[in-house]
This record gives sequence, structure tokens and C-alpha cells, in this order.
Amino acid sequence: MKELIMQPWPWWVSGILIGLIVPALQILAGKGFGISTSLQQVGAMCTAGYGPDYLKNHNRRGSMWTLIFVMGIAIGGFIATQFLSANSNPFLPESYHTVGGIVRLVVGGFLIGFGARYAGGCTSGHAINGISNLNWPSLVATIFFFVGGLTVTWVLGSLIF
Amino acid sequence: MNAVSFKEKPTTEIRTVTQPAGMSMRGYLSVFVTGISLGIVFVKSEITSWQRVHDMFLLRELHMYLIIGVGIFVAMISMLAIKKFKVKSLNGKPIKYKPKPIHKGVIFGGMIFGAGWAITGACPGPIYAQIGGGEYYALFTWAGAMLGMFAFAFLKPKLLMSSSRC
Repeated sequence: MKELIMQPWPWWVSGILIGLIVPALQILAGKGFGISTSLQQVGAMCTAGYGPDYLKNHNRRGSMWTLIFVMGIAIGGFIATQFLSANSNPFLPESYHTVGGIVRLVVGGFLIGFGARYAGGCTSGHAINGISNLNWPSLVATIFFFVGGLTVTWVLGSLIF
Repeated sequence: MNAVSFKEKPTTEIRTVTQPAGMSMRGYLSVFVTGISLGIVFVKSEITSWQRVHDMFLLRELHMYLIIGVGIFVAMISMLAIKKFKVKSLNGKPIKYKPKPIHKGVIFGGMIFGAGWAITGACPGPIYAQIGGGEYYALFTWAGAMLGMFAFAFLKPKLLMSSSRC
């Protein structure tokens, strides 16, 4: 059993556990699964009631849970890497541990933050939570996540990677 | 009579409707533990690995598609059951999904997000799991995401006239 846990988990175990996060959050805390709101939450806490409406009007107390949630994700990442992995598999390839890699991460990160907030959600809020609640705009969002990702990988891949 | 009915509607009650307040300590604790579990699954399923995301977009392996597909399926069955049996949240309130609206950002923002996902090999959840797992270069991804969020915050009035929230 311990050996199985230390190996990478099969897709069906991972899929089931990720799927169960949606009802768990709803039953335990009455919240819908979503992660990119945490970016807006941090931004609104930084500007502290000033700045553009998007941050000024953000309900900082009502969304505080997103910050607690992502802190948990980071600690879960620590636990899994330190205590539950036999051979630590790399998160990023070596080529990203360079100046060029940093540029790619910052630019790519910018697109993630901008795109997720413009679309109104990311893989968790739209793809997992939205589609599972039969919210059709979330299916549209998910299709265009893949349009963007496939285009970059296949058309611009030779320039970027 | 009038005075009594007036007293029954304190202003704070109106405020909690428009601005949902924070959570109970138990609520935050359960969110925290759920987050820890998700972080562990993110790393153990290897969806925090750049190579896995790259191989997904190269259509080289089904791993990521299967995880997302099973995740949606399990979540959908759970939510249908919750709605069917009218399960309540532990805080006593009925469970309700707040629909996300359609607008042009769903399309253009979606494509932009997908491009960032392909370049960095991480979507927002895995960024946090990478940082916690000791991949400190992911802090650059996170910093970029914060910049992108700020850029959207300033450009939102020009990009989306009024209709959409979130």
C-alpha cells in the first residue's frame, strides 16, 4: 500500500479525488470550487479598498476563504513532495531554470492571470466546477482554453520551447 | 405595530445579502484541509508537471484528459445527487451553484489563459502546489499571474462594458 502511494497515482484515482473536491467544498463550506479568484483576492488586499473597481468593489471578507484554500494547496504540495514521493519528478524542465525560462514563466503567468480573470474562471472554476454544474458558458470557456493551448503548442511551439 | 416590524429589519441584514461575510472558524479549517488534500492530489497525479501538460497539448498522452474527464464526471454526479436530495451545506444553507455568464471574455480570455497554461505548464491551482513543493521558479509564474490580474483590473472597463461580473 505504502509503495502504491509513493508512486505517481493513476489517472482514475486522481480524477475521482479531484472531482470529489467540488461536493466537499459545497458541503463543508458552501463554496463553489475555484482558484483564480485568489489572485483577485490578493490584489484587493494589496490595494486595500483603493484602485480600479475590480479590486475596490471586491468582497475581501467573502473571498478570504480562497486565500486559505490556496495556502492549503501549497502545503499539500509540500507534503506530497517531501513525504509521499519515492522519486521526486521535476515540476519544470531544466530549460526553465534559466533567464529565458524566467521570461517564459512571467509572460505565461501574465497570460494565465489576465485570461483567467477575463474569462471569469480557470480550469477549476470553469472546466471542473462549471461543466459539472451544467453551466454551458463554462464548456465554451474550456473549449477555448484548449484552442489557446493547442495553438501555442503547435503553431508557436518551435519558437517557445 | 409599525415599530416592531421596523425593528425586525436591521440594516446589517441587508448588508449581508449584498456582501457575503467571512466564514466560521470551522469553515476556514475545512477549506484549509480540503486545500491540503487537493495539493497532494495535484502533485501525486503529476498535473503539476510541465511535461504532462506539454504532452497533453501535443496529444501525446491521454493522462491529463482522463483526469479532467473523470473529475468532471465525478463532480457532475455528486452535484446532481446534491440537488436531487437537497443536501444542505454544514453551515445550514442550501447548496446553490452561481452560474458564470457568457461574454466575449469567455472566448478571448479563455484562449489567452490556454496559451499561458501551455507555456508555463501550470494552471492556477498547480502554481501554488509547485511553489509548496519547492519549485521556486513557479513564483515567477505566480508573479506574472498577479501582473496579468492587475492588468485586467485596470482594463476591465474597456474590455467588458458592464454586463458580466466575476
